[in-house]
Amino acid sequence: MTNREHMMKTPFLTLTATLALTAGLAQAEEVRVYNWSDYIDESLLAKFEEETGIDLIYDVFDSNEVLETKMLAGGSGYDVVVPTGTFLQRQIMAGAFQPLDKSKLPNLENMWDVISDRTSKYDPGNEYAINYMWGTTGIGVNEPKVREILGEDAPVTSWDLVFDPANMEKLAECGVMFLDAPAEMIPAALNYIGEDPDSHDPDVIAKAEEVFMPVRPYIQKFHSSEYINALANGDVCVAVGWSGDILQARDRAAEADNGVEVSYYAPDEGAQMWFDQMAIPVDAPNPEAAHTFLNFIMDAENMAAASNYVYYANGNEASQQYLAEDVIGDPAIYPTPEAMENTYTTTPYEPKVQRTVTRLWTKIKSGT
Amino acid sequence: MRRAALILIPYLWLLVFFLVPFVIVLKISLSDVALARPPYTPQFDLSLGWEGIRSFFSELDFENFVFLTTDDLYWKAYVSSLKIALVSTLLTLLAGYPIAYGMARAPNEWRPTLLMLVILPFWTSFLIRVYSWMGILSNEGTLNTVLLWLGVIDTPLQIMNTNSAVYIGIVYTYLPFMVLPIYSALEKMDESLIEAAEDLGCSKLAAFWLVTWPLSRNGIIAGCFLVFIPAIGEFVIPSLLGGSGTLMIGKVLFEEFFSNRDWPVASAVAVILLLILIIPIILFQRNEQKAREAEG
Repeated sequence: MTNREHMMKTPFLTLTATLALTAGLAQAEEVRVYNWSDYIDESLLAKFEEETGIDLIYDVFDSNEVLETKMLAGGSGYDVVVPTGTFLQRQIMAGAFQPLDKSKLPNLENMWDVISDRTSKYDPGNEYAINYMWGTTGIGVNEPKVREILGEDAPVTSWDLVFDPANMEKLAECGVMFLDAPAEMIPAALNYIGEDPDSHDPDVIAKAEEVFMPVRPYIQKFHSSEYINALANGDVCVAVGWSGDILQARDRAAEADNGVEVSYYAPDEGAQMWFDQMAIPVDAPNPEAAHTFLNFIMDAENMAAASNYVYYANGNEASQQYLAEDVIGDPAIYPTPEAMENTYTTTPYEPKVQRTVTRLWTKIKSGT
Repeated sequence: MRRAALILIPYLWLLVFFLVPFVIVLKISLSDVALARPPYTPQFDLSLGWEGIRSFFSELDFENFVFLTTDDLYWKAYVSSLKIALVSTLLTLLAGYPIAYGMARAPNEWRPTLLMLVILPFWTSFLIRVYSWMGILSNEGTLNTVLLWLGVIDTPLQIMNTNSAVYIGIVYTYLPFMVLPIYSALEKMDESLIEAAEDLGCSKLAAFWLVTWPLSRNGIIAGCFLVFIPAIGEFVIPSLLGGSGTLMIGKVLFEEFFSNRDWPVASAVAVILLLILIIPIILFQRNEQKAREAEG
């Protein structure tokens, strides 16, 4: 290229580049969503882009702690995130979220008051978040195997199954996994011995140690996602885990046809109920599109499609008419009203209490 | 002028990539946990001028370092990490030295291929390679299946989720870092030195200990540092392959940072870890320098 041509072309190029850039800025509507892994029917993502013309960037995480650290550090770049209720409450207090503009969310009328009442415990007036899914923390059992070991009257619907050392000693031979989630396991132990599962008193929390220490030697591993596969392919016969995950294990086992039959029980003594909530970070780059996404998710048919896919219940009453029979009709997913009464919820620990809980959990896991 | 620039560049590098991050971590380790974004106080606020800076410094203290001494978890985790890192460095040396020796003594035309074979695994993601060890070591894994089939054992070996799996993972992952520096030291060695030693009556073994080993010493030291330093703070390998009983400082750090949301205590743990690593390295280097001066 000669110098002269170069001189002539440069202003032209600059001009077109500027035009392209401004046009690009106007067009490049995108929304960045950060959700739990394996937690949506992916065809919904394509549907959203098609309906709204907004580019959807969808990332996943697998622990509340990782999400929370991003929220507290700030500048995550996400427009919609999905913390669990207790974590949401603390992050609201830290100023991590912006209040929802309800005028942009006409589909709010689809929401189910039974669930909204419960989530308002974490987010008074549901000002910051909408419910996405909810479930319980209970026990997944490979029933034929467990009955073979403990006999026909094995206490599969009771916390006795995993907290009574006599049962655990025998079950160790076929494998037991516990969730690596102190905020759910310690309340479960407290509830089992008749204490308030939501206690924040370090002396009461310390009592959980007496529940775990005798059964600890019989636990193969503490982990929050490996149990799905381990339960499905028969590596373990009992796992304390989240309802939908265990139902996914049930389906994987049924598909594999490997003689493993998994059932999920929310134990008779009571199970923890939790809520995953969609919220908009205070520094979201595109809050406008975030509202569009939330409204899209709250559409009755879209929400039903998500639940039908992941086997978790949702907080959307209008979606219930579109739910598959094996979802709405399964008491493991949608518990009966009586069973719902038999659940408890927890609130976030204060920093000092959190430290006690984490320390106790380390001791339970590692012995030191 | 050029000389000044040459000296300046490494110092600038140290300043930007070591000293500045360290001061930031140190600053956080002296602050207090808070329910805010970011989750600690005090924050540096220049808008208040000198007053702001003064009150910022007055709020810093060593409370978090004192806290670390009140719970023996931290002490135990440091000791256990040191032990795991030391043992794995030794194992890596035992496995790596013969490989490097073999490569350096191989015919010239083979060496590029052998070198390639050592580097090749790096082309696959580290995470995937650790995951594949899970497939090999688990109770239904390749290793147990083969051993059961051969009749060597009749119940699966529990290797997965134990410290043995952590050692295997670290040795496998860091082996090239040991092999490459030793290889480069051995390759430069003049083979006629061995001939000379043998001519003067050394046995093959004695020639190795008196000539080859001392000449490869720099490679060995470099390799050991390259393995030991990252191994001590290792997080991914113990959390994927180790069991709940595997206590390592990387896991403690993760827990402080993510479960307790206590950035100040997490930073204090990191500062101590750095001191544990950096003090022996400085002492060692000073010693080396003295030895060199004495020789020169």
